[in-house]
Amino acid sequence: MIAGHLPILQVALPLIAAPLCVLLRRSALAWAFATLVSWALLAISIMLLIRVMVDGVISYHLGGWAPPFGIEYRLDTLNCFVLLVISAVAAVVTPYMRQSVASEIATPRHNLFYGVYLLALTGLLGIAATGDAFNIYVFMEISSLASYVLIGLGSSRRARAAAIQYLIMGTIGATFLLIGIGLLYMMTGTLNLADLSQRVAEVPDMRPIYAAFAFITVGVLIKLALFPLHIWLPNAYTEAPSVVSAFLAASATKVGAYVLLRFVFTLFGLEFSFERMPLMEILMPLSLITILVGSGVAIFQHDLKRLFAYSSISQIGYLALGISFASTSGLTGAIVHIFNHAMMKGGIFLALGCMMYRTGSVELSALHGLGRRMPFTMAALIIGGLGLVGVPLTSGFVSKWYLVQAAIEANLWPVAVLILLGSLIALVYVGRVIEAAYFRPSPPDAPAIREAPLQMVIPTWILLAASIYFGVHTDITIGVAERGAEMLLGIAQ
Amino acid sequence: MSGGALIVLALAIPIGGAVLLSAVGRFAHLRNEASLVTSCGLLAAVAALVPAVMAGDRPSINLFEFAPGLEFAFEVEPLGMLFALLASFLWIVTTIYSIGYLAANGEPHRTRFHICFSLALASAIGIAFAGNMLTLFFFYEALTLCTYPLVAHSGTGEARRGARRYLAILLSTSIMLLLLAILWTWVAVGTLDFRAGGILMGAVSEPVMTVLLVLYVFGVGKAALMPFHGWLPAAMVAPAPVSALLHAVAVVKAGVFTIVKIGLYIFGLDAIRDFASGEWLLYVAGATILIASLLALRQDNLKHRLAYSTVSQLSYVVLGVAMANAHAVMGASLHIAMHGFAKITLFFCAGAIYTATQKTHVSQLDGIGRRMPVTMGAFTIGAFALIGLPPFSGAWSKYYLVLGSLDDGAYAVLAVLLISSLLNALYFLPLIVRAYFPTGGQPLPAASGTTEAPTLQLIAISITALGSVALFTYPQFLFNLLRPLVGM
Amino acid sequence: MDILTHFNYWAAIALATIGLYAVVARHNLIKKLIGLSLFQTAVFLLFITIGKVTGGTAPILDAAYSVYSNPLPHVLILTAIVVSVSTLAVGLALTIAIKCDYGTIEEDEIHDADSDAGPGSA
Repeated sequence: MIAGHLPILQVALPLIAAPLCVLLRRSALAWAFATLVSWALLAISIMLLIRVMVDGVISYHLGGWAPPFGIEYRLDTLNCFVLLVISAVAAVVTPYMRQSVASEIATPRHNLFYGVYLLALTGLLGIAATGDAFNIYVFMEISSLASYVLIGLGSSRRARAAAIQYLIMGTIGATFLLIGIGLLYMMTGTLNLADLSQRVAEVPDMRPIYAAFAFITVGVLIKLALFPLHIWLPNAYTEAPSVVSAFLAASATKVGAYVLLRFVFTLFGLEFSFERMPLMEILMPLSLITILVGSGVAIFQHDLKRLFAYSSISQIGYLALGISFASTSGLTGAIVHIFNHAMMKGGIFLALGCMMYRTGSVELSALHGLGRRMPFTMAALIIGGLGLVGVPLTSGFVSKWYLVQAAIEANLWPVAVLILLGSLIALVYVGRVIEAAYFRPSPPDAPAIREAPLQMVIPTWILLAASIYFGVHTDITIGVAERGAEMLLGIAQ
Repeated sequence: MSGGALIVLALAIPIGGAVLLSAVGRFAHLRNEASLVTSCGLLAAVAALVPAVMAGDRPSINLFEFAPGLEFAFEVEPLGMLFALLASFLWIVTTIYSIGYLAANGEPHRTRFHICFSLALASAIGIAFAGNMLTLFFFYEALTLCTYPLVAHSGTGEARRGARRYLAILLSTSIMLLLLAILWTWVAVGTLDFRAGGILMGAVSEPVMTVLLVLYVFGVGKAALMPFHGWLPAAMVAPAPVSALLHAVAVVKAGVFTIVKIGLYIFGLDAIRDFASGEWLLYVAGATILIASLLALRQDNLKHRLAYSTVSQLSYVVLGVAMANAHAVMGASLHIAMHGFAKITLFFCAGAIYTATQKTHVSQLDGIGRRMPVTMGAFTIGAFALIGLPPFSGAWSKYYLVLGSLDDGAYAVLAVLLISSLLNALYFLPLIVRAYFPTGGQPLPAASGTTEAPTLQLIAISITALGSVALFTYPQFLFNLLRPLVGM
Repeated sequence: MDILTHFNYWAAIALATIGLYAVVARHNLIKKLIGLSLFQTAVFLLFITIGKVTGGTAPILDAAYSVYSNPLPHVLILTAIVVSVSTLAVGLALTIAIKCDYGTIEEDEIHDADSDAGPGSA
């Protein structure tokens, strides 16, 4: 009985849990409740993925109303993969939250924090699960609003400034998305994604469809933080509380990439997006610039959170680049990078959170001597860093492999070289971090620092161990990603 | 035990050793014993594979799939067997030496040192036994990363800068050039397996093959072909045992081993000779040999002189591959082993001199032959081996390289070989002569008598020097091992 | 280019442009939020007006009429209005917090205060 309603449970569970969490006044209770919910969500997403791999597409009608009049949750391999990524990250990050949140946010607000966090989770899961265009907009705004609040809870006053900057840019982006959906509705009369794709295919040459494509793409690119629409991301990730940075870095932009994939390939279709509209010509140069500029600016940062925020921008460039290839290898690389980057970046920001918890600072200079005193945390940071560079045996290498393969298959040699150059630039800032942590002695007047508590180190290591495990045993991730890629390209044709 | 299990064992032993060392690291005796036991165990595992390989078998094992059609595969063939034997034997000797060196010089971070050594050896074994280019690339990168902490060991500003340069050059070449070549091969041919006769023939056009050769050869930065040789002198900031590891046991040997392997099994000798326009490679290798020898003449710092000497000697191997005939490749493969023993002796001696007298420059070494007879004796043996004089090991490899050049009628190559031997003599002999018969420079201190290096270091030095001689006198084993490689 | 028949589109675009201009060109946070609201309201107008069917009446079932205006856009926009109000609420809350922290709600002054204060932001 429940099994039939799993798709809606995935979204409804955190939605109902959020106000309940706020009611649980005591911080420890709220945290425990949030942890249980996140674990339940992980179980649900695993079950859904297994069902989709075996049975094919799941179609769930909300309230029993048949589409296109009712809202439909249409789950295929890609949806379930993204759902898995988000819920896995949540399941690992939530247990970590207890000590980190306790040290960074004022105690009376903890239950509010967990409540808003669950709302953000609702929004992100909803975007991935739904098959209705307007539903995507609503869930996107739910997750964004929750994110603005979460970011604004950071300890310094700059967190509020970062949050309002993100609010303004994010709302403009979402409203563009709404305009695009409105134009599509105007032309076709439906909001269901599958239905829209059929009807749009019948009227591809109309100007409103072109305009809709443009509005939707730009709106999603703001959420994705692609150059030049990335300005909100560094401030937001730097000033937010550590766990929020970790959670958002690992999930929010990935969902943005998912929305782009859905609209470009499922709704508009391969032929329209790449042949009638110059998507490749626009997206590819922008993503290459993003890759290089993101890494390049990261080199000069000495606040570690800001450094890795710019690194995130650069990695998002890889996602967009994979999408712009519009080939099986390219899309496989992009989809698998959604998973790999979530693991790596989530782990890195969690490690930074451990550092903040023990030392109170995330400056590069605070790393001196930490290699000895916080060995597990620093080792985790190094593994994540090596993954960003794309060293073999990490999952980052797998994504790079497929992206360069896609470039070579498309005979785009300069692009292949630039992808590899991006790895080298990443090496520079990762090298700075390694050198500071291991090869510089700690200052003589530094207070004694112990390793971070086990409750924080274990989730960090789970994520980074996953990034190594899936860099070696790639059959699961690549299998799912390839199926997703083929399905995206196949539906369009 | 089956071949596949032995391969896994050979990889597991050094990795397990590293784990063990991290656990017992704080107890000095346990740490030293753990290192020694691990290295002996590795040699035993590697040696156990020898009979099968000599009989013509190719033990192999596939571990898991990285991408559809691309597996993490291992296969033991004669060249890999040679490299693995060399690395594991010399590891034992280096461990003995480094225990003595680290203790005598009071170096910090000894546990980290031994752990990184273990992991570096594991990577070297992985490279030796790799069955396709992807597996080799994995371990190649792992080797660079494992040796970085060793180069930056002392933690001073100079060490950090040197290590940065080391990492930058090696990773830049491997990511920008080698990885690009590997992916190109994968997309063009559909496989990355090492097969006799190469996989590129018939699958790609001639211009593509030429470009691929360029990418591969320059992408293997560890082979120190000019202009990507700069990491080797920069890495001399490391302690002497690390230099020994880099130059003789693992890193540069992995580099030239990779080039020979690519030449034999990705391109195939016929392809290089007939299609891939390998001529430019002859010029680059020849130029590297000569220029590096000339630069060695100008170095006063002993370790820097030895570094440039290594750059020059490595290109002998590349030269052999570029000539691409049976004698030349035999000479190149032999040189991997011969040079290994000779160079490691020289570096051990340099470290011993530093330990005993704190001297690092050639100009300070007048008369040291009287004070450190064993050390300088070994140094002389090593130098003569590199020059190519019998009865020391380098003679055989030079002989085969000369035969190879005569086979092709490549008199320019012959000239390069002879001139470089002359240059080797020029930068080694004066040093040796002045060590025994001081002419000027710094006078002998009043109280002479032998002030040799600590015993452990001397033991190691003696073993490798004797090894140099032994390789000359009993080369049959190596010949028999390598013959099927070139079809002789 | 029938301006009169496409009057609703022109109105929506004009409002949207005014709203976006306010967001971009004004430094005061309240004015930015007002501009944002204007922009969103313009989009709502766009949605709602396309629901009108020529000759249609209000979408309430009655035996006397056969052509009704489309009720779906109204429903969608109700949801969107809720979203817009929530955004405004969060934005205003953040503005109040910024006023407490910085003493000003002019964005250029906030930016100056941040770049003077901290070396950590690049």
